[in-house]
Amino acid sequence: MEKTKVIVGLGSCGIAAGGNKVFQQIKSLKEADNLDFILDKTSCIGMCFREPLVEVIDETGSYLYGEIDEKKAFEIINQHIVNQNPVKDYLVKSDLFPSEDEHFFAGQVKIALRDCGYINPERLEEYEARNGYQALKKITSEEVSKETVIQTILDSGLRGRGGGGFSTGMKWRFANKYKSDEKYVICNADEGDPGAFMDRSLLEGDPHAVIEGMIIAAYAIEATGGVIYCRAEYPLAIHRLNIALDQARKKGYLGKEIAGITGFNLDISVKEGAGAFVCGEETALMASVEGKRGMPTKRPPFPAEKGLWGKPTNINNVETYANVPWIINNGSAAYAAYGTEKSKGTKVFALTGKIKKGGLVEVPMGITIRDIIYKLGGGIANGKQFKAVQLGGPSGGCIPEHLIDTNIDYDSVNATGAIMGSGGMVVMDETTCMVDMARFFLDFTQKESCGKCTFCRIGTKRMLEILTRICDAKGEEGDIEKLEELAYQIKDSSLCGLGQTAPNPVLTTIRYFRNEYEAHIRDKKCPAKNCKPLLTYEVIPDKCTGCMVCARNCSVNAISGSRKEVHFIDQEKCIKCGICFTKCKFEAILVH
Amino acid sequence: MRVQRIAGSVPVADLTIPVVDLDLLLPVIAKYKGKKGNLIPLLQGTQNLYGFIPADAFEIISTHTGLKVTDMYGVATFYAQFRLSPVGKNIIKVCHGTACHVQSATAITEAVEEALGVKDGETTPDGIFTLESVACLGCCSLAPVMMIGEETYGKLTGKSAVQVIKEIKIRESVSR
Repeated sequence: MEKTKVIVGLGSCGIAAGGNKVFQQIKSLKEADNLDFILDKTSCIGMCFREPLVEVIDETGSYLYGEIDEKKAFEIINQHIVNQNPVKDYLVKSDLFPSEDEHFFAGQVKIALRDCGYINPERLEEYEARNGYQALKKITSEEVSKETVIQTILDSGLRGRGGGGFSTGMKWRFANKYKSDEKYVICNADEGDPGAFMDRSLLEGDPHAVIEGMIIAAYAIEATGGVIYCRAEYPLAIHRLNIALDQARKKGYLGKEIAGITGFNLDISVKEGAGAFVCGEETALMASVEGKRGMPTKRPPFPAEKGLWGKPTNINNVETYANVPWIINNGSAAYAAYGTEKSKGTKVFALTGKIKKGGLVEVPMGITIRDIIYKLGGGIANGKQFKAVQLGGPSGGCIPEHLIDTNIDYDSVNATGAIMGSGGMVVMDETTCMVDMARFFLDFTQKESCGKCTFCRIGTKRMLEILTRICDAKGEEGDIEKLEELAYQIKDSSLCGLGQTAPNPVLTTIRYFRNEYEAHIRDKKCPAKNCKPLLTYEVIPDKCTGCMVCARNCSVNAISGSRKEVHFIDQEKCIKCGICFTKCKFEAILVH
Repeated sequence: MRVQRIAGSVPVADLTIPVVDLDLLLPVIAKYKGKKGNLIPLLQGTQNLYGFIPADAFEIISTHTGLKVTDMYGVATFYAQFRLSPVGKNIIKVCHGTACHVQSATAITEAVEEALGVKDGETTPDGIFTLESVACLGCCSLAPVMMIGEETYGKLTGKSAVQVIKEIKIRESVSR
């Protein structure tokens, strides 16, 4: 009989939610009473909304407990481990009992995330036990030709998961075509989209899958060196990558004459990014690896011809590489069986914002946005109304409610004006102001513009100024048209993806929520009640108890009234900071 | 544009620039000297030692490696990670990614500003805290989030964020 296992989810999210304390608590309970079970850790299980998670696997099956703190951990150890009586109240998923979260997993197909949450990412044996490095062994033991490997990836229909959506097989073929004594494979792990964490979870949860994908790419294009360019903001991912790389070197998956094949030499190193969104652009990324300012350069020449250090280079993103071993093991047809005609396989999404059950989901292409939000994510949080979903971060756009049945595939999403992007899916409800949202993204891209192209550098600045003005109740007639004109000029005249897509959030919000812009500009109102300068604060006489809390907190003494008398807000003096609304305990402040 | 970050960052008012021991830098230089693409790792290594990149460090690195000071300065002012002036002992990074933004990250920054009496980007006079806004920490489902050191705090409210800071302050005063 196998020993009972207790596994704590320790990805960044789990740790932030208090996973380490739970782990320590279980560890001390185990040691104090000399309990006989295996305590281990894993990474992201995907159910971020139930973190911290603890899984117990005993002879009867698997029990996943959610929202566990030290006290609940104590109960689980006492009742489940000692008395063999599962604590049903805390169960979120189990083979034996139904749970309200089951639908979160129904409809998911885990290919890229196949091991996340199932293995301890710091142990190579656990990856190997789940078919790990089998794909590499398969192609090296049979010495499958490079062309066959490339053709398999091409046939699978895999497209770049970083957002571009370019065919991975084609990319490999180009890189294979250029001959050189030095060639590189690069993994783009500079996940800069605010609102996306798929790559972080993958690197933390299954680093070997990405590394194996890179080794297979290196085999196919005959690369001699590899680099993983990872955000410095992801310390845990970098830590686990370095552990995995060491293990792979010791096991001979990396090094000289890999699998005994003459000339197949490869080592991979981790480069820490220094914080620049533009480095997600492949030419800027390579400049950064070379130690320069991360500014994009003109293509052609494409990296496949002249990339890192001027040598042929293949760049793919984390999720793309993680798919590769699965495709080699299961065949291109198995992968292409999922998805639509032009978008094959699965896509990982980070589901966040005003949603009930936010987390990491992997779904087959072709699923509708509605199914992701309502079936998997359980709908909108706090009983609010769905308004829009943001796809593709600062390069993407907002998809409104009437397009919620749009299929998730590259072409359908592009048709809405948004982009698939790397997988950030931020759900917004009626309280989210779309003009403010556009301003938020422009503020981001304006700061992150590298400054090389005039239109991007100055144009985003001018757009931001207009948007800020609109949110500050100083919008003017003609602002919308000015925004549109600037947007098309920036799109047409920028060298790289950052500038070419920066206006998308503005264009899509104007397209679908023009009435909100008009309300801001003409009526000086914010329908979502978000932009403070556009709001009016008034006391509701019937509800005011005259407690004086609002008057005491008002920094400009705009509120008058004595104790136990109805208060009054002087609109001339009011700076609309909203403190009276937050401080009032009797809901006596009306905002409109 | 990116360089504005540096121009706009507020220098530390009450902290004199400490005298640093530049000899500490020699092992870092030895580790990366002569390697391709070493400029960014050298600057990262320097910042890990001192918490910022002292002006003299550029000169020392240049003398030992032959890298140009102008190139290094260009890189140091391009990337958000590098600082040219000292910072507080604890850097509070309040996440302003999309998910945190829609979950009122601004309220968190405002609450922390009020509690510490400093604005975004500034350091407290006692040198214990620096307050920063960052783009995305990648813990979107726990939004709004902040990170202090390597510790991440999720599902914050203005109140709970200030509570975390108070606890650190107490720890700091005990250890002094």
